[in-house]
Amino acid sequence: MKKFETFSGVAVPFPGHNIDTDRIIPARFLKTIKRTGLGVNLFNDIRYNADGSEKEEFILNQPAYRKSEVLVAGDNFGCGSSREHAPWALTDFGIRCVISTSFADIFFNNSFKNGLLLIRVSPEQRDALLEDAARGENARISIDLENQKIVRPDGEEIPFDVDAFRKHCLLEGLDDIGITLNSSEKISDFEARQKLSMPWMQGARV
Amino acid sequence: MMAEPKTLFDKIWDSHLVEEKDDGTCIIYIDRQIIHEITSAQAFDGLRESNRPVRVPDAHLLVADHNVPTKGRADGIKNEESRIQIELLEKNAKEYNLPFIDFLDVRQGIVHVIGPEQGFTQPGLTLVCGDSHTATHGALGALAFGIGTSEVEHVLATQTLLQKQAQNMRITINGELRPGVTAKDMILAIIGKIGTAGGTGCVIEYAGKAIEDMSVEGRMTVCNMTIEAGARAGLIAPDQKVFDYLEGRPMAPKGAAWEQAVAYWKTLTSDPGAKYDVEVEMDAGDIEPQASWGTSPEMVAPIGAVVPNPADIEDPAKRETVEGALKYMDLTAGQKMTDIYVDKVFIGSCTNSRIEDIRAAAAVAKGRKVADSVYAMVVPGSGLIKEQAEEEGLDRILIDAGFDWREPGCSMCLGMNGDMLEPGERSASTSNRNFQGRQGPGGRTHLVSPAMAAAAAVMGHLADVRELVDTEAAE
Repeated sequence: MKKFETFSGVAVPFPGHNIDTDRIIPARFLKTIKRTGLGVNLFNDIRYNADGSEKEEFILNQPAYRKSEVLVAGDNFGCGSSREHAPWALTDFGIRCVISTSFADIFFNNSFKNGLLLIRVSPEQRDALLEDAARGENARISIDLENQKIVRPDGEEIPFDVDAFRKHCLLEGLDDIGITLNSSEKISDFEARQKLSMPWMQGARV
Repeated sequence: MMAEPKTLFDKIWDSHLVEEKDDGTCIIYIDRQIIHEITSAQAFDGLRESNRPVRVPDAHLLVADHNVPTKGRADGIKNEESRIQIELLEKNAKEYNLPFIDFLDVRQGIVHVIGPEQGFTQPGLTLVCGDSHTATHGALGALAFGIGTSEVEHVLATQTLLQKQAQNMRITINGELRPGVTAKDMILAIIGKIGTAGGTGCVIEYAGKAIEDMSVEGRMTVCNMTIEAGARAGLIAPDQKVFDYLEGRPMAPKGAAWEQAVAYWKTLTSDPGAKYDVEVEMDAGDIEPQASWGTSPEMVAPIGAVVPNPADIEDPAKRETVEGALKYMDLTAGQKMTDIYVDKVFIGSCTNSRIEDIRAAAAVAKGRKVADSVYAMVVPGSGLIKEQAEEEGLDRILIDAGFDWREPGCSMCLGMNGDMLEPGERSASTSNRNFQGRQGPGGRTHLVSPAMAAAAAVMGHLADVRELVDTEAAE
């Protein structure tokens, strides 16, 4: 995973609530066996016409937002399916950070595993950032994970919370399987204890 | 000193805790994982790239369900991308020596149907799958939740997950469901009440007389849609019904191990006085048969109601969301729910494809005909359910009424295998999501119970099943 570095970029306003993962990437694009190349299908059904041409009115098709790196979203972004294709499509498009009041749990976990930072802010802060985002390229937003702050175009800073462990993994670009395997001995001890107390729990052949 | 009273969730969590880090992130042991073809190929690639083995091969069960054709599958899979995913699943199973059920095997079916059916799902276990409806397995008292592909790989490599403990939420359903009202109506009514984010950050334990009275299959329907309320896992304390359901199933414990397991399972209840972060109570007697009218599972109404008017909603963002939903669904505020005409009816999915669901649909279909304007299909949840339904003669009843009787899989719930809605088409569906385009681009979905879906099929429009069948007598 690439290290997450401070950046400033164009933010796209996406104000609707409950944007589900079917909207982010419809199921028919889940037939891929790769993690890459899904950016072109991000928001597919609201982004393209039936003939494949772009819908002019869709925000990411507008010149000011084609290179967006931050997405400012409505409540409960990423609800629905567990498909990791949702963060894969967002990051492949170029989105590096999504800001909302709330995220669905599985989407939240999936995003951090792919270097995509999700930030929770208050409804008032989100609304202010939606207004910034509406100004397109004229209003770049900075994301500073190290110091846990969003910097608005006028210089105002919005601090945010993030789990220490997730922050560490993102900043260092760490693979968390490697980290967990450092605890192999503890996992083995657990398995040995469970085998004694609840032997039926382990393994099951068809 | 008395021990602090614990919830069922706390008990299962504590019994699987391997390590807790300073910021509260925990390493949790995962006993079982079910793996399907859509969310696993990239996980196995990850293992190969980092040259890691599967830690406990026997802890997994692999089966294809999302992409499989529901007709003529013995002739092979025509869609190339689907075929590649399904072949890759088998190849990965062989390479890592993992338990695998072939898609032509009679035991094949939807992951959340066959887990309990094979006895792979058991009380007190932690169980995961790269699919959000893994919440289903909580009906047997397992802590079960959906995960992404990176986590599928994490479980394959380490048999654990990194998580923070969720909050405890309890939904108590008092009293009794009225005749003609089902588990599906109950969970739709719950989501309508608490909203699609009502359970975010929580594990929901369902309790109360209406849950105790419910069959294990019905409980699976309730737990299944817990994710539609934003919670990753639903849980119900296992009871004698669950033990009876599991006894003798192929992967359930046998002999002395069975006795030992049941003794442990009987301890899996929330202690009196256990604390919940959120509590919700409802009366089962207040629940009517439900149908969704919008593009989110919280947009539901009793069948006797009308489509809501956005003008009545004060919050501008919510009003806009409802306006958008009605526009997409091509519905008018104030329109009677029973005046919504459908083109297709889908009875199936991990929510409602078990034997009880097919019996409920057949009871309505018996002696009736699917309306000329409607195409209706029934997709059993597994090959074994299909076999049982055929032994009971349910397939004949449904076929005679004009339903298409299919082979098991996820099918039109998410439209990956070619079973889908055309743009502008409207369905009554026993599945779990009415999101825009879920059943096909431009498709419109109304979520209902199997009996209500069968009623819609024969009437041609959403209908109150209680007006078609003598539900008192059916009880």
